[in-house]
Amino acid sequence: MALEVAKFDKRPWVLLSPALVTITALVVIPMAFMLAYSFYLNVDLAVDKPAFQFGNWIEIATDKYYYVAIWKTFRLSMIVTLLAAILGYVPAYFIAMTRFRHKWMLLLLLIMPFWISFIIRTLSWIHILGHDGAINSLLLYLGVIRHPMDMMYNQYTVIVGFIHVFLPYMILNIYVSLDGIDRNLEPAARTLGATGWQAFREVTLPLSLPGLGAGCLLVFVLTAGSYVTPLILGGPNDFLFGNLIYDAIITELNWPMGAALSITLLVLLGVVVIVYSRLMGLRQLAKAFA
Amino acid sequence: MARVELKGLTKSFGPVKAVQAADIAFEDASFTTLLGPSGCGKTTILRMIAGLEQPTGGDILVGADRVNDVPIHKRNLGIVFQNYALFPHRTIGENIAFGLKYRKVPKSEMAAKVRNALDVVRLPGVEDRYPSQLSGGQQQRIALARAIVIEPDVLLLDEPLSALDANLRESMRVELKAIQHRIGVTSVFVTHDQSEALAMSDRIVVMSAGKVAQIGTPEEVYNRPANEFVADFLGASNIIEGRLQGRADGAVVLQVDAFGAVPVREDRAASVGSGPAAKLMIRAEKLLLTEGPAPEGRIAVKGVVEAVDYQGQLARYFVRVGERTYQAMNMIEGRPFAAGDEVTLSFSPADCAALPAGT
Ligand SMILES: Nc1ncnc2c1ncn2[C@@H]1O[C@H](COP(=O)(O)OP(=O)(O)OP(=O)(O)O)[C@@H](O)[C@H]1O
Ligand SMILES: [Mg+2]
Repeated sequence: MALEVAKFDKRPWVLLSPALVTITALVVIPMAFMLAYSFYLNVDLAVDKPAFQFGNWIEIATDKYYYVAIWKTFRLSMIVTLLAAILGYVPAYFIAMTRFRHKWMLLLLLIMPFWISFIIRTLSWIHILGHDGAINSLLLYLGVIRHPMDMMYNQYTVIVGFIHVFLPYMILNIYVSLDGIDRNLEPAARTLGATGWQAFREVTLPLSLPGLGAGCLLVFVLTAGSYVTPLILGGPNDFLFGNLIYDAIITELNWPMGAALSITLLVLLGVVVIVYSRLMGLRQLAKAFA
Repeated sequence: MARVELKGLTKSFGPVKAVQAADIAFEDASFTTLLGPSGCGKTTILRMIAGLEQPTGGDILVGADRVNDVPIHKRNLGIVFQNYALFPHRTIGENIAFGLKYRKVPKSEMAAKVRNALDVVRLPGVEDRYPSQLSGGQQQRIALARAIVIEPDVLLLDEPLSALDANLRESMRVELKAIQHRIGVTSVFVTHDQSEALAMSDRIVVMSAGKVAQIGTPEEVYNRPANEFVADFLGASNIIEGRLQGRADGAVVLQVDAFGAVPVREDRAASVGSGPAAKLMIRAEKLLLTEGPAPEGRIAVKGVVEAVDYQGQLARYFVRVGERTYQAMNMIEGRPFAAGDEVTLSFSPADCAALPAGT
């Protein structure tokens, strides 16, 4: 009997196999190609020579330009994450706590932006903040200003653009964890002598941390990996690490360098995820994602 | 500790009248139960006393003070919620100490108070565990400990036993009552379980659809129900239409077709009014089945057992007499009666009550 119990159980592997095959074919193998490519030599525009040399890697490790890009990416992602967390908590709390009967409508409103391409949503800011945009046109028409104001193509528009597209992820994550909190906990805290704010801080906030944490991680990683938003809304200096990859691959047609940069970003973000999950407690995150 | 009084307390949720002009006094150190079917407004009353719900009308007095506008955290009440509402991210010790923090209790005293509260609920030494590591019954006791450690003026209990299994429930209700008696806190207990209410309460407030149907001691509401709703809700009874015939020798005489004239004790006919229509109530356990003639001094009729509901040492019989079926709850001596048996059904007029006809 004991032997039989100890016997290797194949079922989980059988059930996992479709996923494993797909991941191997679509993620692991292409990434292995990328890794191999990062050692190739770029001879000229779009001309590569298979090789095993560390030129690309040495350049990344020694050129300060890349460090600046990493720092910029990290800083901007932090700012976007922090703002999204603060701006996202309030609506999430409202949706979770409201006694409004058609709550699903509020959630639908939150998901609706996903029906429109993220690039189109980003481009829409040009029509709001640009020289011929809604704000400038209105102020010119009202005579408040004589010349259109420069509001576009700087760090702030990039931040606004990021928050615009990533906020729903944050709100949904926080909402899920707030919604799972027992409704009687806050009243219980209040009858024990806590004010509304104290009850929130001592009970609701800590219990919503898994969702908040998951939302922050998601927004951070999504921001740190983007290049489209800075491309559309940023100025020449508002590039992120992703833009360097874009430049290497699309503009300079230097694929080996692009591959090396991609792997660098992947490893950096991987480290962030691992350190973060350690700090937050992996199990709590798993709970929030579940 | 304090007396709590509700004066004309009313609460509407839009068109729903959850509580209608409730006048209830909870005496100092007493144990009062709000009893009634689901949705009759028990929880709403409790939440209004706690300040979690704002009344639409009426006053709430704790001691001599009107507390309607006192914020929740200043009311000094202990609540035990139906689902316990322990803080899952805090240890048991921290859960119990939660209310003490806001009462500026020094750290040194806090530990002693927590330990003492755990002793009171007979769960010493679980300070460092988390709520999820305790059983339902234990969590319920922790919720009680958390509510009493702050020495509240009033203890509010919203069906605290309903999530427990039958055995634990019985022992917890004895324990809960003992703890309440020992610390002498004014307690308001909500339940829809009539046996719980009868066993634990000093006074019972029977509620029906947002209104108070009767307030009295368990003995009063059980033996002298004010109306048919109360009679029906507390225990199984037979309620039979009759006519008020008159009064004689400290008794109110009811004429009932099946039994003739039944003299009901005056104190059990207080609510009957002037008639002429009235109803006779006989508790199921006061209707006796016998094979031969009934004992002396009882009113008796013949009937046929229709169905038997066997319950161990008790049996519930459904006995047909003429057009009507009566419910009787008897101890089983020897062999229970079987369906089809011809029996004599009898009761003593002293065990009956008279009810007004209109309810
Ligand atoms: N927040 C609310 N909004 C609307 N209606 C409510 C609200 N709370 C309670 N009610 C209604 O008020 C009435 C009384 O509810 P309450 O919770 O007090 O009943 P209860 O006696 O505690 O019932 P139960 O035994 O099922 O707990 C019900 O009809 C209920 O639907
Ligand atoms: Mg209730």
